Amino acid sequence: MLRTPAVKVEHLTKRYGAVTAVNDVSFEIARGSCVGLLGGNGAGKTTTIAMIMGLLLPSAGRIEVLGEDMLAHRFRVLPRINFSSPYMELPHRLTVAENLRIYAELYEVSNPKARIAELADTLDLGPLLTRPAGRLSAGQKTRVGLAKSLLNDPEFLALDEPTASLDPDTADRIRGYLESYRSDSGGSILLASHNMAEVERLCDEVLMMRSGTIVDRGAPADLIERYGRKNLEEVFLDIARTPGGANALPAQAAQ
Amino acid sequence: MSARTHPHAFSARRVFAMVLRYWYLLRGSWPRIIELMYWPTIQMIMWGFITLHLRDTSSWVADAAGVLLTGVLLWDILFRGQLGYTLSFLEELYSRNLGQLFVSPLRPMEMVLALMTTSLLRTLIGIIPAALLAIPLFAWNVFTIGLPLVAFFFMLLVTGWAIGMAVTAMLLRVGLGGESLAWFVIFLLIPVSAVYYPADVLPVWLQWIAYSLPPVYVFEGMRAVLFDGVFRWDYFAAAFALNVVLMALGAAAFLWSFQVARRRGLLLQGGE
Repeated sequence: MLRTPAVKVEHLTKRYGAVTAVNDVSFEIARGSCVGLLGGNGAGKTTTIAMIMGLLLPSAGRIEVLGEDMLAHRFRVLPRINFSSPYMELPHRLTVAENLRIYAELYEVSNPKARIAELADTLDLGPLLTRPAGRLSAGQKTRVGLAKSLLNDPEFLALDEPTASLDPDTADRIRGYLESYRSDSGGSILLASHNMAEVERLCDEVLMMRSGTIVDRGAPADLIERYGRKNLEEVFLDIARTPGGANALPAQAAQ
Repeated sequence: MSARTHPHAFSARRVFAMVLRYWYLLRGSWPRIIELMYWPTIQMIMWGFITLHLRDTSSWVADAAGVLLTGVLLWDILFRGQLGYTLSFLEELYSRNLGQLFVSPLRPMEMVLALMTTSLLRTLIGIIPAALLAIPLFAWNVFTIGLPLVAFFFMLLVTGWAIGMAVTAMLLRVGLGGESLAWFVIFLLIPVSAVYYPADVLPVWLQWIAYSLPPVYVFEGMRAVLFDGVFRWDYFAAAFALNVVLMALGAAAFLWSFQVARRRGLLLQGGE
């Protein structure tokens, strides 16, 4: 039996009055793969992720996550997926351990204490567990947010800038952890990031967004080759700075 | 996978998780606990002295010495019930946590149940010390009312929750800009609730409004117990029926606002 993709998005559109934040976006994320969502600020990445996670209702289009229609049956899927974003915080006055316990209960994790201890060990959160979440550095908050997003061993994980504000050493360890999460659990990842090296390392496919639409897509190495550039950052700059987007790029890129 | 993968429509564990969240918050801050007890106690002391004064000058108060003290304690149940519900919800806006909560399997009505449970706990923490203090200070033991007190307590608490749901529905739409609603909306009810005076002193048109809301039946019922020693089942039934209507309206308003918030992206924003 063919497995359904982890995520299938068809003609997804979000309008706020006259403003179109996401315009007719379609893509799939295969099981066990990592797809990067790239684009400048306001390109529509966070809006797209919010719609996939059920936080935001689309104006048009269809979203399937783990084979379920997210608009009609999101509560069937939400226990099996998770999300981390530095822009969504955890209650400041509660300690890290208290926050993780609450979310472990919300996800009905079978042994919350053991799972929290395991994640604290993996993400080096041990010394932070008794500290209020509001007293953490930005990097520590990012790690705690990631721990929260891994509590339920998600089959699909949406990550909005997972290594934002992290020092290179910690960021590298997080990337390593995400790689093992994929290989060990077979989970799928949608990754929005401004760190092109991270995207090159983690992602099998990249979706380039601009002004709410996907202007190009492909494997990182293919995109680099097609645009005749040295790395993904240069590809990103080409797309971001070219009026008219990827369609206006030289023929070699548009092939 | 360690998480449950066969989600139920309702989960007591998720309700417990949210109650735990508000309990951690309360437990970690003694000023919050003091604040819960502070105003009911101050109110009770003030109305206790007013009672002592009026007992010698007013035959109405002399006939039922505890009428004002019981009134103030019952009013605080309504006030604290609504406030406990709404302030707990406001904590999610302060901490910009709504987005995190609603990408989890938490359902809106589970959150509503958790807010109700937390409101019950906060109300009990606030009211019981004031009620106990009235015994030595003013020789008034509100617990002698017995089972009718339990009926009054829950009728007022449920009204507070229904108003809390309507206020949180508004807060979902307007964010922290509507924070003050949590504090003042309930006071619209005090003149028509007939807390300290019989409802028949109100102008007829205001009596129509009063009798379309549950609290007036509770306070009239309280006076029936204190003055005549009878529990008015007709008042109880009216308060119960009106509470069912208010709860249905409150829940509908909250769920509707939740959908609007999802359409407009407000769950991601929190803040103002």
